[in-house]
Parts: sequence; structure tokens; C-alpha cells
Amino acid sequence: MQALRRVFALNQNASWTRTVLATQQKSCLLSSSSILDIGIGLSAEKRQIQELALTFTQNEVAPHMQKWDAEHIFPVEMFTKTAALGFGAIYCKEEHGGSGLSRLDASLIFEAIATGCVTSSAYLSIHNMCAWMIDSTGTEEQRAKWLPQLAPMSRLASYCLTEPGSGSDAAALKTTAKSDGNYYVLNGSKAFISGAGATDLYLVMCRTGADGPKGISCVMVEKDTPGLSFGKIERKLGWNAQPTREVVFENCRVPKSNRLGPEGSGFGLAMRGLNGGRVNIASCSLGAAHASLLAAREYMTVRKQFGKQLAEFQALQFQLAEMAAQLVSSRLLVRQAAQSLDSGDPGAPAVCALAKLHATEQCFDVCNRALQLFGGYGYLLDFPVQQYLRDSRVNCILEGTNQVMRMLPCS
Amino acid sequence: KYIHIINKADMAASKGLKILVGCKRVIDYAVKVRVKPDRSGVVTEGVKHSMNPFDEIAVEEAVRMKEKKLAGEAVAISVGPPQSQETLRTALAMGIDRAIHVEIPLAQLEKLQPIHVSKLLAKVCESEKPDLVILGKQAIDDDCNQTGQMLAALLDWPQATFASKIEPSQDSKQLRVTREVDGGLETIDVSVPAVVTSDLRLNEPRYATLPNIMKAKKKPLAKMSPDQLGVDLQPRQEVISVEDPPVRKAGAKVESVEDLVGKLREKGLVK
Repeated sequence: MQALRRVFALNQNASWTRTVLATQQKSCLLSSSSILDIGIGLSAEKRQIQELALTFTQNEVAPHMQKWDAEHIFPVEMFTKTAALGFGAIYCKEEHGGSGLSRLDASLIFEAIATGCVTSSAYLSIHNMCAWMIDSTGTEEQRAKWLPQLAPMSRLASYCLTEPGSGSDAAALKTTAKSDGNYYVLNGSKAFISGAGATDLYLVMCRTGADGPKGISCVMVEKDTPGLSFGKIERKLGWNAQPTREVVFENCRVPKSNRLGPEGSGFGLAMRGLNGGRVNIASCSLGAAHASLLAAREYMTVRKQFGKQLAEFQALQFQLAEMAAQLVSSRLLVRQAAQSLDSGDPGAPAVCALAKLHATEQCFDVCNRALQLFGGYGYLLDFPVQQYLRDSRVNCILEGTNQVMRMLPCS
Repeated sequence: KYIHIINKADMAASKGLKILVGCKRVIDYAVKVRVKPDRSGVVTEGVKHSMNPFDEIAVEEAVRMKEKKLAGEAVAISVGPPQSQETLRTALAMGIDRAIHVEIPLAQLEKLQPIHVSKLLAKVCESEKPDLVILGKQAIDDDCNQTGQMLAALLDWPQATFASKIEPSQDSKQLRVTREVDGGLETIDVSVPAVVTSDLRLNEPRYATLPNIMKAKKKPLAKMSPDQLGVDLQPRQEVISVEDPPVRKAGAKVESVEDLVGKLREKGLVK
């Protein structure tokens, strides 16, 4: 089977470091004591879904993680494969090709894929969020048109809210959509848009009415629409396997039939999308921390100093225990947030904010500690923890900064 | 002895073969296996398990034969602990129609041998009456490579082991199986019913998909016990100890071919 063949091929072709890392990654991700069991507390059915995502990740994602980062490759082919498994529209209704599953299932899938590449899992979650926005709010025509393309990921989507002048203060956005007969004319620009230039459909939050959140609508803009252009690809600390660019609208005419939901409902839709988006991004952080923790644990049984394995030093054992506490507590909170969304709990947005706040910060710390445990090798690009660290750092910033996450439960 | 006669008419025209596929739950291939401190076996508790890779290939082949309309029904069977049900669910999610779990109590599990498994499978074949049994060529935990051969002998069916290709024979009345043997590839025709064991290059197994995982939940999974099947699980072997292989010793570099030959002679490896 693919996995066996890959092990044979690795030993013949790749460099020593890569071979050791790849086999280490596989074996250390797989042998687990119960506290580090990635399926902790899950039913057999949920474990089966998680199993599928993990196996796919080991075979099709993890082996390429470093290359995609180094060469800035956006792995569209790999996304198509995930979509063939049903990962393109996980929590959209089955009617038009969605998988009809829950936010918890989605969290498990994004966490699993993030153990093999945080960036790819993050983009997959953004695409899923956009598909859901169309599925939950679109008209029958809009759903029938777009979901059959988004579910198989034959067309990809991006979410456009942030602007150069409005990040946390999202409702202050300035991109206008002026009415002109059956069209809107869009003017303005969006910043830090994930996938921009490589994706096909842009869900744009723009101003159709007065100032403030109630004047905002969500309009779908297709690639190649005249007046739509992109800034340069940003050079980033991480998430290199995904282009991030400004999206510019200059008298961009978009049919009014591309508006999602009534005028003035765009901000609410954007925020509802983000509730799920926060669970998803937090799930990506879980995957990064899980992989980093297991890698560090494995390394500590190999590296010897002062005549002993690193694993025999109590100070370092305590590090691992603390990291495990950070990871497992984050995991449980994220999954609880997912379940709150699934059960329609009115308090869900606050739980999602807490989960995002806690998990992204704790998991970044886990990656950072794991890097320290690797010593000098942790700093080398040949070793994977630095990539998990760089890729998970932005999770504390996007989809609502962790400072905004502190505001939400208080309001 | 069990005798099963089927209509030898053209296979393509018939309803299709009924296939029984064996799946074993084993320690995942990528796990670093550790020996238990008491040297009675290896650590299995808390260790990741999955379907034996050769059995995944067998399941995949059965599903492909269904898709090609060579087979009508594919049934998966697993002999093992309660957790073997997860293995069967994976098979169902890959496209198998229904599953049978022969549950082995924990106490007897460690002493289970291919002879027992083949007897259990033979009994199931009596009631299920498959036209073809596909098993993995060997399990990656014990590497026995016996169950398929023993099963064929118990049933007095032809066997085609180490299959890298299965197709209808030229006259469509038999199966043409290409086998991977030491000398290369051997092609034989076997009449059904038959036992085939899968080798690595038979196919590349598919991933389950989310919709198929959901559909699999509704597929039937029947449970049986060895007592119901009337098979005695009395162990024939006793494991005395399980140990790590010896630690690899350092080698030595030699400067010339003469030196090499001299060293080999010294060690008595060459006359």
C-alpha cells in the first residue's frame, strides 16, 4: 500500500536526514500513551474519521511539508485529493455535495492534517468556512451553482474581511459596493487575504449602506472579474505554502445576484463564519503542537548527553509533562467549542473565542518548548519543529487577534 | 471435507463471484515495537493498531472485482479481539458489503495460530459458500504466511498465493492469477472456488471517503464465537521467550579485495 511503498522509496532516494525524520515523524506520531492519544474521549465512529484524516496526512501531506514551505508551493493537487475524501465541504449539507458532518468532525480533520502541514490545513479550513457561508445563507440558485464546485475543490474560495485600515475593528471597513442597476460597483482593497490570486471565488465583506456593521453586505466576486486585481505575494514568517496578497477592487462590477443574504447582513454572516473559523484555526494549532511534542519526545530518547538519554533528566521530563497538559487542555476546550456550535448553544461564540485564545497560545508555546528540547538541531530548517512554530505563530493573530478573543467573552 | 460445486458457466454472465476477504488487526507497520519486560511478547497496550497492509490490498481487490462486475458480493471477516470490529468497519468503508467478526477472548488471543484461524475460516466457508477467498499473504506481526495455504488444504480448494494480478482466464471459466515467486512471475489458472493470497503489487488500496464511512455504519456486522463454529483453540505451540534482535556490532573497513578475502577466511565464512 502507499505507506509501505513510501518507506521503501524513502530509504532509496532521500537524504539520511529526511529518511530519519520521515520515519521518526511516522513512528512518533503513532505510538502514544493514553494522555497523548489524539483520539482521547472520542467514540469509535469519530476515531474512524480521524484515522482516515491521519492516514491521508501521513501519506500525502507530511512528506511534502518542508518542500512546500521552502519552495512556496500552494498544493492544489493535494487539496483536490482531500476533497475526494469529502474534506472540501465537511459541514455543508449533502444536497449539493457537502459531507453533512459536524463541527467536531471538522475539528478532528483539521487537527489531523495540521500534524502534516499547518498551512495546508489552515487553507482547507478557510475554504470550508466559505463553502459553509454559501451553504447556510445562499439562495437555492447560489447553493446549486457554487457548492458542486467548492465541495470537490475544483474551484477554491477566499474570505475577504480585513483591510489595510481595519483589522480588529472589522466593522470599520471601507470597501464600498455602490448600487448601479443590477450591479454593485466595488472600490477598495482587502489585506492579508489567504489564497488570493490562486483562488477562484472571493467572499467580500463590503459597504452597501451606512457606517457600522449594519451597512455591510457579503458579495461573491469571481476571479477574472474586470476591476479585480491582486497585490504582490507577501513574504511571511510562515504559511509559505499559501499565497497571501492584497485584493484590490477598482470599479469592479459584480451582479447583485452574487450577494449572500440581504443587504446589511454581511457583518453578521462574517462573524458567524468566524466562530467556526476560530475552532478550525485552533484545531490547526493542536495539530502543530501534537506533532512537535511527539517529535521532541522521540528526540529525547535518541539524544544522549552526560552519558544519559535526555529523556532521563527530570527537568526535561517535567517539560514534557507541562507540554502535555497544555496540549490536552487545549484539545478538550477546542472540541467542546465545536460541540457547542453543533448543539446551537447561544453561548457558543464565547466558547469558540476562549478555545481559540487558549489553544493558539498554549500550542505555540508547546512548539517553542519542543524546539528548545531539540537544542541546536531545533534551529535548523532540516528539522520540522521550526516549521510548526512559524506556521502556528500567526494563529494567535488571524481570525480575530487573541486580544479581541479576550473582549468577546466579556461583552 | 466440504465440497462446493458451482455453475461453471461464463463468469461474466453469472451474478458474479461471492468473495470472502480476511482482515487481521495488527500493530501498525510504523510503530517502534517494544518487547515486554517479562519477555513473553511485545507491548500491544496503548499501541496503534491497523489493518494488516496485505489485507488492505485483499479488500481493495475484492472491491475492484465488484466494480468490474466480476464479483457480486464481498464479505469481510476478521478473527480477533473486540477491537477487530474497527478493522472490519474500515473494510466496510472501502466498499465491502457486510462483515463477520469471530471474536476471540483475550486469554486465547495470544496463543492463536494460523491453524486455528484457518479452521475457523473453513467453518465459515461452509455456511457462507464463497467462490473466492482472498487473504493477505502474511500478517506483518507474525510473518507466518500459512493461513491461506492451510485454508485451501482444509477445504481441498486450489490455491494461488502471492498474487500480483487476478483476472478471468481466457475462457472465462477460471481465474488467471499471476504470482510473484523467487524466479519471477508465474501465471496459473485456478478453478473456483479457490483461495488467493495477495502480494504487495496486486493493487494500491484506496482511502475510505467520509460518505462511505457514514454509509458503512448501516452495513451488517455479524458476530460469531469459536464455540458456535465448533473449533477448538487449543494451542499447539508455546512461546518460550521473545527478545530483541542482537545489537548491531561495529564493522571494520578493509583496504583491498585480498584483505577482504583474508578476513572472510579467518572467520571461516569462505574456504
